[in-house]
Amino acid sequence: MTQEKLTSKDFKSDQEIKWCPGCGDHAILTAIQRALPELGIKKENFVFISGIGCSSRLPYYMDTFGFHGIHGRGSAISSGVKIANTRLSVWQMTGDGDALAIGGNHFIHAIRRNIDINIVLFNNEIYGLTKGQYSPTSQKGAVTHTSPYGTVEAPFHPGELAIGAQGKFFARTVDNNIKLATEIFIEAGKHEGTSVIEILQNCVIYNDKTYGYLTGKEYKDDRQIILRHGEPMIFGKERDKGLILDGLKLKVVKIGEDGITEDDILVHKANENNPGIHTMLANMRYPNYPVAVGVIRNVQAPSYEASLETQIEKVKTQSKIKKMDDLFNSGTVWEVK
Amino acid sequence: MDTKPRCIELEEVSIRFSGDSGDGMQLTGTLFSNTAALFGNDLSTFPDYPSEIRAPQGTVGGVSGFQVHVGHSQINTPGDYTDVLVAMNPAALKANAKWIKTGGTIILDKDNFDEKGFSKAGYTDDPLKTEKFDKFNVIDVPITSLTKEAVKDMGLDNKSAIRTKNMFALGMVFYLFNRTLDYTFDFFEIKFKKRPLIIEANKKVLQAGYNYAETIEALTPVIKVKAADIEKGKYRNLNGNVATAWGLLAASEKVGKEIFVGSYPITPATGILEELSLRKDLGVKSFQAEDEIAGICSAIGASFTGSLAVTTTSGPGLSLKCEAIGLAVMTELPLVIVNVQRGGPSTGLPTKTEQADLLQVLYGRNGECPVPVLAASTPSDCFYYAYEAAKIAMEHMTPVILLTDGFLGNGSEPWKIPGMADMPEINPPLIPEGTENFQPYVRDMETLVRGWAIPGTKGLEHRVGGLEKDAITGSVSHDPLNHQKMVETREEKINRIVKDVPDLEVDGDVSGELLIIGWGSTYGHLLTALRELESEGKKISLAHFRYISPLPKNTREALSKFKKIVVCELNLGQFAKYLRMNFQEFEFKQYNKIQGLPFTVIELKEYFIKILEEE
Repeated sequence: MTQEKLTSKDFKSDQEIKWCPGCGDHAILTAIQRALPELGIKKENFVFISGIGCSSRLPYYMDTFGFHGIHGRGSAISSGVKIANTRLSVWQMTGDGDALAIGGNHFIHAIRRNIDINIVLFNNEIYGLTKGQYSPTSQKGAVTHTSPYGTVEAPFHPGELAIGAQGKFFARTVDNNIKLATEIFIEAGKHEGTSVIEILQNCVIYNDKTYGYLTGKEYKDDRQIILRHGEPMIFGKERDKGLILDGLKLKVVKIGEDGITEDDILVHKANENNPGIHTMLANMRYPNYPVAVGVIRNVQAPSYEASLETQIEKVKTQSKIKKMDDLFNSGTVWEVK
Repeated sequence: MDTKPRCIELEEVSIRFSGDSGDGMQLTGTLFSNTAALFGNDLSTFPDYPSEIRAPQGTVGGVSGFQVHVGHSQINTPGDYTDVLVAMNPAALKANAKWIKTGGTIILDKDNFDEKGFSKAGYTDDPLKTEKFDKFNVIDVPITSLTKEAVKDMGLDNKSAIRTKNMFALGMVFYLFNRTLDYTFDFFEIKFKKRPLIIEANKKVLQAGYNYAETIEALTPVIKVKAADIEKGKYRNLNGNVATAWGLLAASEKVGKEIFVGSYPITPATGILEELSLRKDLGVKSFQAEDEIAGICSAIGASFTGSLAVTTTSGPGLSLKCEAIGLAVMTELPLVIVNVQRGGPSTGLPTKTEQADLLQVLYGRNGECPVPVLAASTPSDCFYYAYEAAKIAMEHMTPVILLTDGFLGNGSEPWKIPGMADMPEINPPLIPEGTENFQPYVRDMETLVRGWAIPGTKGLEHRVGGLEKDAITGSVSHDPLNHQKMVETREEKINRIVKDVPDLEVDGDVSGELLIIGWGSTYGHLLTALRELESEGKKISLAHFRYISPLPKNTREALSKFKKIVVCELNLGQFAKYLRMNFQEFEFKQYNKIQGLPFTVIELKEYFIKILEEE
């Protein structure tokens, strides 16, 4: 039986989209709706889960099963959904406040367990829904409504945190590159285990053009490097720049200068188990480096729920207790006559 | 085993094993209980262990006790005062001295009654000399040295040899009660299957203790407790936490839905999570979450996905779960929340029992947030009320809170084994595939229950969440009148559960002078006090509540038949407050205790007699 292929339209719900005009979230929604039909999964097997924040409104706009939870707990709700029914394709929509402040604990533990959920982290470095307070990813010194004199705390870098929590899949994209985002969502959907996708997302109202230095047409080719598994790490408008390892650090070089040829440029291996190079790539920051986008890390490992099901099957086979009546009558039982 | 000529028959007897938390007193008590149960005694146990697992050895803070009450008629409590105390050191004696009956027997390990032991326990001198122990029958035995002597040729190291000394004490107690050693021997064979030397050592020491007691028979007559006259059938011992786990498992099997438990370890509730984790053979998906909030949120996710979802905790954990309980109320998803209460507030008394979370479970949430509340009243009752909680949760699409407490969770009693065929049916309102024009918040007109539409079912795609929703479509709605309608509907939905709540039963005459009201784990003590006062000809009855919210529909009627009403609880009067709010026409007296300990039958009787005599 062949099923007619779903289209992005099948995933559009009847709800009016309430994000601000010009918000980066619209593009993310489009990319997700384009990616899902490519996964070959039945529509009724998708579940979209979220916490609280602008990003967490996304499940309402998807015509799938959806659960808009409470602040920070999306990973915990998603974990329960996926463990309870391993056939479902579970997507968690979250933001920098939801995932990394109030939900930080759930975020790292979901990753550590490698539960097969796709965590889409909308990182706009600000609290938008509560109208402009600093978040755990706001740059040090950021002036916001709750830091009128600038923050005095260092931000989290989601990639470093996810990989540090033993993350097996980490990707990054920018909100205005729908094509790349779609590609990444497809890869994340296929990956078994927790996938973290950080999206550098613009908040037009409270943190406009935070990523302008990176996403502006005139800069993007020189300030972003798109990583693809098996391809050399080359970037630049002229595709003349690349990354090499210089001692223990990454270094930007120009092809054709100082005897550097294309062969000297590092080739991206997303499936490298050792997280060292992936952490370095995730941590590259402008202006010393281009910012890495694409799938930075994609390593195979057994998922939590698959291991749990294997264990349950094994115990079931070995145990004499098959039903409750067996359990009631197991161990020391006596008869009163 | 030969019967001693000077054997006394007692109706019932209470024994307390007490020592350092490392002395194996919980195991010793359990082995004695199991042997008594096999003999056909009815029994009730009460483990009383310290929260400071590593409290310094020999100090009162580190004393661990296990009390067992056995008898040949129905036993409802672990006994207030003990007939026999086993004290492995001076601290154990100090902690328990006030709980020994006059004329009771104290078996103590003389080897630990030295200067060092006295000072650790906080005695300035030998208490046996300075304090009045002559009203007790003191058997001082060098248990440690006799134990070492018994195993000296076996090649055990000193530490392993000393570790068996609890079995010497147990052997002596078996002699006192004329009980067989066979069950305990069998236990060793299983427990130490791969360590034959340890089996032999334990057997030898147990037998040595028994023989020693026999040899010094001049000391005490053998006490015999006859087999109990209990209902025919198959029995087993069960503690409240295991019973709770089994009740949930039974509901899962009955309804044909996988069980998912998301919990975080917390005393004294951990036993439920442990038992459920063991039951992978019955398909349990147990998830030890990173915290209490993740425990309940993962369970809510599993409930949305169609599992029988459970989270288990104690007071401090319940505080953390409150916001998520509101989410389950708003999304109208089934969820069983078990709160094994302990002494509070804050960290409070983790290993001690209390009933002070009642108002929290009724009202401790933001917004108008009604949740049904049930309370189990005996260890084996935990099985039935866990089952009932799951049934109500799934049939009425709501979170349900089940209250037990440390006393029930860790206490055990013989349980008459039911058959699964006898358990009531559970019928959740599942929405079938192919339902046309499905709307997630359309309700059954009679019960006001919405349907359970499970992900993976074609055509039922829908969104739920914590925001207020439209009364039909479930879409987010900020409409003022819709909000009022939804708040009232959620309240009324819970009120209508009363149809499934059995009437309140009054034990004793249905009208009279004094009605005792209780709920939860105080049942055994209240019932025993009632029975004893009834036998003294007093006009007194007992109404014990298992359904806290909604209350049984005949409550007002039942209460109206008595001149005086007293509400007894282990808090400052929370249920009394709740009853006053619901039934303003009655005067509710209160009897409260908040010491981390159960009531004693003696104090209850004294109080009841006093108010019966008051004009």
